[in-house]
Amino acid sequence: MNLHEYQGKQLFSEYGLPVSRGYAVDTPKEAAEACDKIGGNLWVVKAQVHAGGRGKAGGVKVVKTKDEAKAFAQQWLDNRLVTYQTTANGQPVSKVLIEAFTDIERELYLGAVVDRSLRRIVFMASTEGGVDIEKIAREQPDKILKSTIDPLLGAQPFQGRELAFGLGLQDRQIKQFTDIFMGLARLFCDYDLTLLEVNPLVIKKDGDLHCMDAKLNIDGNALYRQPKLRDMQDPSQDDPREAHAMKWELNYVALDGNIGCMVNGAGLAMGTMDIVNLHGGKPANFLDVGGGATKERVTEAFKIILSDTNVKAVLVNIFGGIVRCDMIAEGIVGAIQEVGVKVPVVVRLEGNNASLGAQVLADSGLKNIIPALSLDDAAIQVVKAAGEWS
Amino acid sequence: MSILIDRHTKVICQGFTGNQGTFHSEQAIAYGTRMVGGVTPGKGGTRHLGLPVFDTVRDAVAATEADASVIYVPAPFCKDSILEAAFAGIGLIVCITEGIPTQDMLEVKLKCDELGVRLIGPNCPGVITPGECKIGIQPGYIHMRGKVGIVSRSGTLTYEAVKQTTDAGFGQSTCVGIGGDPIPGSTFVDILKLFQADSQTEAIVMIGEIGGSAEEEAAAYIKASVTKPVVAYIAGVTAPPGKRMGHAGAIIAGGKGTAEEKFAALQDAGVKTVRSLIDIGSTLASVTGWESRTG
Repeated sequence: MNLHEYQGKQLFSEYGLPVSRGYAVDTPKEAAEACDKIGGNLWVVKAQVHAGGRGKAGGVKVVKTKDEAKAFAQQWLDNRLVTYQTTANGQPVSKVLIEAFTDIERELYLGAVVDRSLRRIVFMASTEGGVDIEKIAREQPDKILKSTIDPLLGAQPFQGRELAFGLGLQDRQIKQFTDIFMGLARLFCDYDLTLLEVNPLVIKKDGDLHCMDAKLNIDGNALYRQPKLRDMQDPSQDDPREAHAMKWELNYVALDGNIGCMVNGAGLAMGTMDIVNLHGGKPANFLDVGGGATKERVTEAFKIILSDTNVKAVLVNIFGGIVRCDMIAEGIVGAIQEVGVKVPVVVRLEGNNASLGAQVLADSGLKNIIPALSLDDAAIQVVKAAGEWS
Repeated sequence: MSILIDRHTKVICQGFTGNQGTFHSEQAIAYGTRMVGGVTPGKGGTRHLGLPVFDTVRDAVAATEADASVIYVPAPFCKDSILEAAFAGIGLIVCITEGIPTQDMLEVKLKCDELGVRLIGPNCPGVITPGECKIGIQPGYIHMRGKVGIVSRSGTLTYEAVKQTTDAGFGQSTCVGIGGDPIPGSTFVDILKLFQADSQTEAIVMIGEIGGSAEEEAAAYIKASVTKPVVAYIAGVTAPPGKRMGHAGAIIAGGKGTAEEKFAALQDAGVKTVRSLIDIGSTLASVTGWESRTG
C-alpha cells in the first residue's frame, strides 16, 4: 500500500523531520486559503497521486499568487494525471498540496528498502538527488552510499554520520542529516514500511537540510497492526476491479489481453499466463482464486473477469490438491449458470478426482464449457476459442 | 537418503487444535508422518487426534523429543510461534502460514540463523519425502518415492512438477516449498546444497518466479558447486513490471527480477531451462537420459 506525499509528510513531521509547512486541499477555494495561512509570496502546489514523475507531467508548479494556486487546483482536482509511471489513463488527483516555497541549493537522495538478499533494511544516500536514481544506480553505482540496519539493534547514529560525511556534508549539516536518518529509520520500523524515499532531500540556500518529497510504501501484511495507516488508504488510487477482488480475497491484476484466466495459486496463475502467451494468446488478467476454490469465490471471480469487456474466452486451470475436482467442477458449473457466462470457458482440472470432475462438466449441458485434456490442450483451446468468439 | 525429513522425523504441530492444524495433521497422520503431538496454549494435558496436546513447545519437546514442528497459527502470531520453537530446540521449523509481516521475518530469520535452526517458509506448501514423511498441505497421493529433488517458490506449481515426475516414473527424493515471501527462512541455495549432498537425489528441478534475485543467486551457486543435472522453470514471463502478482515476492521492481534475467543467469550456469511448465518432466528425461513412462 502506498501513501500520498502529504500523508508521508504528516508522519515525517510527527518524527520531527524538517518538512515545509503545507495543507492538502480538496477545493480551489481552500487552495487560496492555504496560501494565506502559510503566508509569504511564493508557494509550491503539488497534485497528489500514487505515482512518481509528477513534475515532468505538470503536476507540480511554483506559484506567485493565490489565484495561480486556485487555478492549479481547479485544473487538477477531479482530473487525472498521466506520468511515465502511470497507465495511459493516469491516476485521479485526490488532493492538491500547497506548501511554502523552498530555496534550493543542492538536491540529495535518501531512501531505504528491505533488501531481500541481505535480509536487512538498507539505507541509500546519494549526492545525485532529484533525478532518476535508478539510472544512477545502474550507471554510477559508486555514487550510491549504503548503510545496512541490524534488525535487532536498529539504526545507530554513527551510521548516519558515515553517510553524512560520505555525502560531503559539513558542520551543522552532519547532525541534521544524522537526526533525519535516525528519524526515518525509526519511522520505517514503527510503521512496517517496505520502501521509503526522500527524493530530493535538499540543502537550502541557508545551508539547512530539508525533506522535499516523501514516498512511502507499507507492507500489506502488516496493515492489521497499523490502524492509522489503514485509515490513510486512498481507494481512488487503486484499480476498482483489483480493489473489489481484494474484498473477496482474490488476487486479481488487470492486463490488456482478451483471455480471462482463473487459476489456483499465484505461481501456477503466472505459469498459466505464460503458456497462453506461448500459444499466441494474450491474457486479460492474473487471477488467483486461492486454495479454497468454492462456488462463491469462483462466481465472484467470473464476475470480475467478465467485467472486463475485452474478455473473449476464459481459461480455468485448477490443480485440485486436497480439494476434490468434482466439487470444484460443481462450483464452476454453478457459477457459470449464476453469472450467465456467455463466452467460451475452457476448463482444465487436475488432481484429486479429476475424471469425476470432467464428468460433472460434461453432464452440465452447458455448451460453452470446453473440457481440456491437459494444460497445453487448454491453452490451445482457449486461444482458438478467443479467436473465434466475437 | 532424502533431505530434511524421513521416516524417523518426529513432528509436532503448532496451532494443532485449530481448523487448519486439525485438517492437515489428520492428512499427515494418514500419510504416515510420525506425528507425536501438538501445541495449543491452554489446552495442555488434553488429547487431539489421538495425540497429546501441550501448552508450550518446550513441554512438547521434553515429552516427545520432537525434531520438527509445523506451524499453522495465524500470521500475527507466527513470529512468536517460530521463535518459541527455535528456542525450545526444534531443529526444523516449517511455517505454512501466509501473510507474515516482512519485519517480523527479518528478526525471525536472524535469530534462526544464530540458533542454527532451519526454517522452511513461511507462505509455503511444506516439505515432503514421499512414502516417509509429509509436513505441510501438499496432496500426498501425487508424490512417488524416487530420485528427483524439487525446490520451488510456489505451491500449485510444485504440484505440477511433482505430477510430471511421478507420471514419468522418476519420483521424488524430497520436495521443498520455500515459499513466495520476500524473506524466506530457506533459499534456493540452502536447499540446492542439501540436494547436491544427498545420495538419493540424482537430478534437481527448481521452480522460480519473477521478483527478487534468489534465482540469480541460485544460478551462481549451481555454476560453482552443483554437479547434478538441474532443470529450471521461471513463472511470470508475461507479468507486467510494478505489479504484485499474488505472492509478496512476485513483483518486478525497476527492471530487476524479470523472468528473462533469471533464465539467462540459469542458462549461463549450465541449467536446462524450460519455457513452458508442462515441459519439466520431458526435459528432465532428455538431460538425464532416463526413460520416461509417458514418452
